[in-house]
Amino acid sequence: MPTVYVNNTPVEIGADERLNCIQVAQRAGVEVPHYCYHPALSVVASCRMCLVEVGEKKPDGSIAMQPKLFPGCQTPVKDGTVVVCDSDKVKAAQKATLEYLLLNHPLDCPVCDQAGECGLQDYSYKYGRGYSRLNENKNIKPDKDYIGDQITLFTDRCIICTRCVRFTREVSGTGELQLINRGSHEEIDIFPGEPCNNKLAGNVVDLCPVGALCSKDFLYEQRVWWLKTKNSVCPGCSTGCSITVDQNDDHLYRLKPRTNLLAQGYFMCDEGRFGWKYIHSEKRLTAPQQKQGSQQSAGLWDQVFPTAKSALEQAVKAQPSRFAAIISPWSTVEEAFLLAKTLKDLSPEVTLALGPVRSGEDDVFPKTVTGKPPAQVKFTIRGEKAPNRKGVEQVLQHFQGEVIPFDTIAGQVQQQKFDGLFVLNADPEVAWCPEFVTAAGKLKLLIVEDFLANPLTDAATYVFAGGAWAEKDGTFVNHAGLAQGIARALRGPGEARPDGRILWELAGRSGLFRAATVRQEISKEITAFAPLILGDLGEQGVMLSSANNEPAKEAALAGSAAS
Amino acid sequence: MPINESDVTWVSEPKMNFWESTFLPAIFQGLKVTASHIDGHTVTQQYPEEPVKLPMHYRGVHRLNRDDQGRVKCVACMMCATACPANCISIIATEAPKNDPVWEGRDKYPASFELDELRCIYCGMCEEACPCDAIELTHIYDLTGKTREEMIFNKDKLLSVFDQTKDSGVDPVRTHRGKLSGTADFQSLPPLAPATSVNPDDRSAKASSPGVISR
Ligand code: SF4
Ligand code: SF4
Ligand code: SF4
Ligand code: FES
Repeated sequence: MPTVYVNNTPVEIGADERLNCIQVAQRAGVEVPHYCYHPALSVVASCRMCLVEVGEKKPDGSIAMQPKLFPGCQTPVKDGTVVVCDSDKVKAAQKATLEYLLLNHPLDCPVCDQAGECGLQDYSYKYGRGYSRLNENKNIKPDKDYIGDQITLFTDRCIICTRCVRFTREVSGTGELQLINRGSHEEIDIFPGEPCNNKLAGNVVDLCPVGALCSKDFLYEQRVWWLKTKNSVCPGCSTGCSITVDQNDDHLYRLKPRTNLLAQGYFMCDEGRFGWKYIHSEKRLTAPQQKQGSQQSAGLWDQVFPTAKSALEQAVKAQPSRFAAIISPWSTVEEAFLLAKTLKDLSPEVTLALGPVRSGEDDVFPKTVTGKPPAQVKFTIRGEKAPNRKGVEQVLQHFQGEVIPFDTIAGQVQQQKFDGLFVLNADPEVAWCPEFVTAAGKLKLLIVEDFLANPLTDAATYVFAGGAWAEKDGTFVNHAGLAQGIARALRGPGEARPDGRILWELAGRSGLFRAATVRQEISKEITAFAPLILGDLGEQGVMLSSANNEPAKEAALAGSAAS
Repeated sequence: MPINESDVTWVSEPKMNFWESTFLPAIFQGLKVTASHIDGHTVTQQYPEEPVKLPMHYRGVHRLNRDDQGRVKCVACMMCATACPANCISIIATEAPKNDPVWEGRDKYPASFELDELRCIYCGMCEEACPCDAIELTHIYDLTGKTREEMIFNKDKLLSVFDQTKDSGVDPVRTHRGKLSGTADFQSLPPLAPATSVNPDDRSAKASSPGVISR
């Protein structure tokens, strides 16, 4: 095993791992401060924050150090490399670099959105000096508030790390951003009339280590230290990007991507990033509803739920073959399992079907000038706009042996093959076809569990007010079979309850719904879900089948090699 | 654990002598202290007939300062709201309109600034936290209102407290900096050598041949 020495600690690295000094120091638990280096982008070694002392341990035990400092991001390590990150020389260099970076920085932290999660603040505090020696006027460049529809630039805060430029060139492939002018007059800019509006544009805001590029959506909404963060998964498409949900006082403020090489890598698309607004929409269902006569009225859970539950049980008992349930691909595995199990326990003759899956063309990045597909795909926005089709299908497959697509069951409903229907929906943009809604409205019993009012909930006999994905615990299985946990980050409005709890109570179980326990139960009952046995899926998630594991691992390796 | 008998020292009251047992010396001693205070100097303040004299550091009702151009000095950084232990400050920030001469040089200002004077414990943390000296506690202490809502001071009210107190003599505007970042205000600058020079105790300078460190 090749061994690298970081601050005198030996670190073993893999025989064919290609690491730089920053990565190897990370393994040793040593932080090498860096700005321009990002594992998903090419290395330019321009910020000089990562300067370290590099040397080599000779076979005779002596160590030959290079006389000058080297940028750690650009210096690969091999067997016997010695990296020193804490010598006085390195510390002095870090201090000097930060002093240079701050020369023209406006130091307007109080009004800067990045304050609290800013690379410049953190490193200045840790490695910098507490005062500036610049007696001249700062070179203040005018702000550019239109870099894109979602992006604004505080030009004077930029430290010219060019991460954003490299992102648009290498990952989105659209190349809108560039540096103009030279020296201390360098600025980030767009070509006139060519704003940065690509579908991955929001990522430049995350990439920016300082508060130069800011998201207009989040601008001045909250101070970041007030946000409470939970790990989750973006439900926007079947890629299932790992994200964090930032919330305060039960109001969602932003979503940010979380690094997960098994899922998407480092980024997320703007549709997912800004597409959560429906969570606070006016159309949220805030209480369960019950139809009396032709009038629907909101009620209390204690009243509506027991009536609905017994109506459901009666309907299934009366004629099980004329009862069906539709489970949305936006539901979690736990919810699908609880509903399917409850109904199949009542009678195996109940029909279970998959809800409507919105699908379309995959969109791959980087974009090329010619419009041809890229040689190496770095990000895919999947056409299938559902986070958990795979997971729900596995559950249906287990309970029924087949997956009935929505079109089939909708047709059967329209042919009046059923008397009762339970629709579990969590897709905010579901477009029920009018014929289906009319036919479903005529059924003897229509129970709809959803979180947004839509024509189907208007037609329902009973409506259960469920939760949006950010309000519930559960599991989503992405296109590659990666099961990732989502977490309840905020509480829903009014009386809305997370769907898992509603279905847990519908199943007549005692105690509280707990996703991890249900997950363990599922793993014991359904072989496909056996890897979930621990209940906890960790930050990265768990691959469902080993067959699926290989491509994902390769992708992960390719991802890290590309970095 | 019981106390060991050998560790206990028994003491008894000292015997009083004749004069002591008459208590007269003690009485005269007390009268002497009383008499020393009869010198015409009063400490009682005739409030409310006479206004109280408060120390300079008195912490009363807040005000929001104005800058030289009369704009609200507050930049809506929410440091005060973060520091406030009583959680009584709520601010809604907004972007200062670009290309508007009124807001020249400003990025952000408070669209709404509310301070619940009833909830406040007058600790002064907000004043201490404010990086632009925008919020200050004044000498106003007699604060009344008919409803609780009235006691939630909004931005206009807090600015009017500024207008009311700025010339009162006891509530001077503490600084006129009114801009962010005070790092340029350091007067003496400790020297630092260039980053790349090798100083004598550098490990590479100490080595037998420069640049090579032997184990
Ligand atoms: S805007 Fe941000 S990411 Fe882009 S070069 Fe400047 S500091 Fe780097
Ligand atoms: S004085 Fe103390 S309690 Fe009152 S607003 Fe300021 S920080 Fe809050
Ligand atoms: S700390 Fe000062 S500048 Fe910041 S919000 Fe409070 S009053 Fe305004
Ligand atoms: S991170 Fe190495 S030079 Fe910027």
